[in-house]
Amino acid sequence: MTQVRILAGTTKGGFVLTSDAKREKWEVSGPHFGGWEIYHMKGSPADPRRLYASQNTGWFGQIIQRSDDGGVTWNPVGNDFTYATEPGEHLWYDDTPRPFEFKRIWHLEPSASDPDVVYAGGEDAALYRTADGGSSWTELTGLRTHSTASQWHPGAGGMCLHTIILQEPRIFAAISAAGTFRSDDGGQTWRAVNRGLKQDGIPNPDAEAGHCVHHVEVHPSRPDTLFMQKHWDVMRSDDAGESWTEISGNLPTDFGFPIAVHPHEPETLYVVPITSDSLHYPPDGRLRVYRSRTGGGEWEPLTTGLPQQDCYHNVLRDAMAVDTLEEAGVYFGTTGGQVYGSADSGDTWAPLARDLPRVLSVEAQVIAL
Amino acid sequence: MLPAHLKTLARVHGEVGVQVTGNLTQRAVLDALESAYPVLLGTIRDRGTGKRRAFIRFYACEEDLSNDEPDAPLPGKVAARIAAGDEPFMVVGAMAGG
Repeated sequence: MTQVRILAGTTKGGFVLTSDAKREKWEVSGPHFGGWEIYHMKGSPADPRRLYASQNTGWFGQIIQRSDDGGVTWNPVGNDFTYATEPGEHLWYDDTPRPFEFKRIWHLEPSASDPDVVYAGGEDAALYRTADGGSSWTELTGLRTHSTASQWHPGAGGMCLHTIILQEPRIFAAISAAGTFRSDDGGQTWRAVNRGLKQDGIPNPDAEAGHCVHHVEVHPSRPDTLFMQKHWDVMRSDDAGESWTEISGNLPTDFGFPIAVHPHEPETLYVVPITSDSLHYPPDGRLRVYRSRTGGGEWEPLTTGLPQQDCYHNVLRDAMAVDTLEEAGVYFGTTGGQVYGSADSGDTWAPLARDLPRVLSVEAQVIAL
Repeated sequence: MLPAHLKTLARVHGEVGVQVTGNLTQRAVLDALESAYPVLLGTIRDRGTGKRRAFIRFYACEEDLSNDEPDAPLPGKVAARIAAGDEPFMVVGAMAGG
């Protein structure tokens, strides 16, 4: 028997949604860690029973939770994310220097091969690694001390390291608003890989860093091909980030937050266009996922089962995921508390849950029971 | 006494008792608390600086001790009543929001 598990992090706790392979009926458990912000929950590809969750509030700071039984029970593990070297400075919104200061973990990326190895992306931007299931964390200082770091700005949500793509020893990390960075040596040294990104509003639109990258995804079978939803613009790179080209094509707007890649079709992409950077809701109040089957450029709206009037929610950068079943599932959560899913690659959609708190992140797991 | 979220995190109910050796100071109380409940490390005091988190306050005997020096002995009457178990040292999550 196959089970599909959706991990939804929200502003008021974490939720675990489960279904069989038909993905028609869903059971919702939670809130786990009620009252806390759960920026991200993710399962280990090496052991799907092993889950990690980032739990935070402004009052009590950062907690990392770990489950060894698929989210039934949880235990807090290590939460010491102290910088390993002098914090250094970045730029504040008004261009004044400001010391790096740890605030929260935005994203947890478990290793594909070892359930005890996890990478964590922080705000202010820094990358951490654990090799003991979260008991202790070590900062990989090469990223925070990159030569461009003193020129990084926070995005509207903070200066967050929100995307971690593991192709060990190669690692990609993306930071808002700094850009995309690549390490070829397991995170020790980093290069900015932002050539071709354009960014209105910064003095040099071709700058090495300073780009507001919202999310980056890759298909496992094509490790050199990256897809990016930037602040504005949907982009792709076919040379591991060395150069980027725009693939926004016929999208109604190319502003948005998440981007996803079909699990079996490496040229099939999903985005959720949002009106603009000042209007964080879908154009015309119509919630539409756009799918490209051509690697970008040509996009089709997917609307069946999604609200097509009076919908003014957003879909945040980590709130879209795909499962790996033969008929692929696609999922996303909204700032209005809905989690929508499609069991047919996006052709039709239905709500898995309607009234959760604001959804910050969505991840999918397929489990053989 | 802990805020509700920290009680949940530490899996305790009601007031928490800790043994303090030496002078009864803010730091001694919090060190003893974190020693007994390591999961509270970083939730009351910042992991890096050791300073009280911005939205945490300390009270005892209706006195606000939040800005007292961490290594200063607690005021005499307060210390006596806490040591006797008559009054709790209160860790409070500051009220904020709308």
